[in-house]
Amino acid sequence: MMLPGLLVLFVFAYLPMFGIIIAFKDYRAYQGVLGSQWVGLKNFYYLFGTDDARRIVVNTLGMNALFIVSVLVVSLAIALLLKEVQGNRRLARFYQSTLFFPYLFSYVIINYFVFALLNTSNGFVNHTIESVGGHPLNWYQSAEYWPVILTLVTVWKNAGFWSIVYLAGIIAINPEYYEAATIDGASAWRQMWRITLPLLKPLIIINVLLSIGRIFYADFGLFYQVARNLPELYPTTDVIDTYVYRTLTSLGDVGMASAAGTFQAVVGFFLLVFANWLVRRTEPQSAIF
Amino acid sequence: MGYRRLRLGQFAIHACLLILSFLFLFPLILLVSASLSSETDISKYGFTLFPRNVTFDAYQYVLQEPSQILTAYAVTITVTALGTLAGVLVMALLAYPLSRPDFSWRRPLSFVVFFTLLFSGGLVPLYILVTHYLQIQDTLWALILPYLVMPWYVFLLRAYFAALPRELIDAAKTDGAGEWRIFFQIVVPLSRPALATVALFCALTYWNDWYLALLFINNPALVPLQYLLYQISTNIQTLQTSSQAFGVTVPALSAQMAIAVLAIGPITLAFLAVQKHFVSGITLGGVKGD
Repeated sequence: MMLPGLLVLFVFAYLPMFGIIIAFKDYRAYQGVLGSQWVGLKNFYYLFGTDDARRIVVNTLGMNALFIVSVLVVSLAIALLLKEVQGNRRLARFYQSTLFFPYLFSYVIINYFVFALLNTSNGFVNHTIESVGGHPLNWYQSAEYWPVILTLVTVWKNAGFWSIVYLAGIIAINPEYYEAATIDGASAWRQMWRITLPLLKPLIIINVLLSIGRIFYADFGLFYQVARNLPELYPTTDVIDTYVYRTLTSLGDVGMASAAGTFQAVVGFFLLVFANWLVRRTEPQSAIF
Repeated sequence: MGYRRLRLGQFAIHACLLILSFLFLFPLILLVSASLSSETDISKYGFTLFPRNVTFDAYQYVLQEPSQILTAYAVTITVTALGTLAGVLVMALLAYPLSRPDFSWRRPLSFVVFFTLLFSGGLVPLYILVTHYLQIQDTLWALILPYLVMPWYVFLLRAYFAALPRELIDAAKTDGAGEWRIFFQIVVPLSRPALATVALFCALTYWNDWYLALLFINNPALVPLQYLLYQISTNIQTLQTSSQAFGVTVPALSAQMAIAVLAIGPITLAFLAVQKHFVSGITLGGVKGD
């Protein structure tokens, strides 16, 4: 019964795991993975000898940190607003569906959206800037704007999804707490700070810690599609995942690419284990393993 | 007084949510509007909220030489249908034994599935495996197999199966039903909501995928819709004037936006039809490894 599933996992998940030995070899296609020569840590020396290494690690960590905080704040705010309109089922469902909608789009499509907004000659944003007398900007050549742009895109795509998760958490709260608070004359604002948020805290902590566990992995599609793989934007948008892809496919440098990939896999693994350990300490029953 | 303040508060909240909903839909409106505009209007007025003059030229242009888009649609539909069906079946078959407390390999095998969430070899080994050892690049297999088993959904199904009443399975067993029969005739029909949710998310993954095509597909006959859209946008970027590259014709802006609208149309319709399942799917939660 389980054979097909286990087989797929073995081939597409476990075989590549053993493939991390490529990072310690001078890989030649004609010699294969096992036949290629061992070179120890040479690939890693090369990788960390470049300026790229620092850049991609800083960008990956920095951008993900921005995303985690922004998505959390916005999705929580949406969930808290949605809670207040649950009385009007129809409208509540309309808001919820609309806000979730962007989650359905691939980054290829999102690239089209962002292009419609930001392209230099006829994008909506530049036209608006011009119509109020400002100077249009070269968005696709100015790396400094992209941390903000990509954060907005991430929030737009994911806030709806997470607000549904948090709203489910809020709805699960025993209504008696609110009834008692209302009788005592507590305002909705006060109920939010004293009841909703404290009771939601475990869920928030778990989600944030798990995101931190994955902070070393970037969303490849976001960086590759939306930032269009433009060299002008690399200073802020080149992350580990785009670097590995580019090094492998356009430079054909298997050694460097696999060194960066292996570095990511190992650090990412320990971060996840660490994050889980933290969850276990704060909320033992919510730990993933 | 208190009642009035409450009404005012409600009004403010609705206003906030309405504005937010509009902002979230805004890029989509721009895209649809551009697809309905003429090329000259776009270059004169840029992307606008409403088309100045509504025209279906772009759609006509896109659909008059449709072979490329139709091929891409066919590839995407095939991959989505096969991948979703096979994926749900394979994952359910994997999840069911893991949900049975009387299965003695339950814990070690759960861990085998779970570990793939924690650690992965990354792109380079996968790329070499597929292109050098399996040699399935430029086949539909390369677009389907890597996403066939997604551990989160295996655990979601396992949690759902585990919550089914044990007595049903035990009763079927005493009646002499084999494990396969129990699975297909009792477990599967009872688990429709969970299976539907997983199918929905699988279908979304396959429909939206361009990554596997980016890595493994060179043959134009096997290019899925999303990857075609990607090629079109990169060709516009690098070759504004030349019309032929990668064997892909580069249409004008409004036509590009029309293709994008055609690509998101089916997901949008599907979403409107089954949005409840999406929401319940997200909240099914309580998914845990051992």
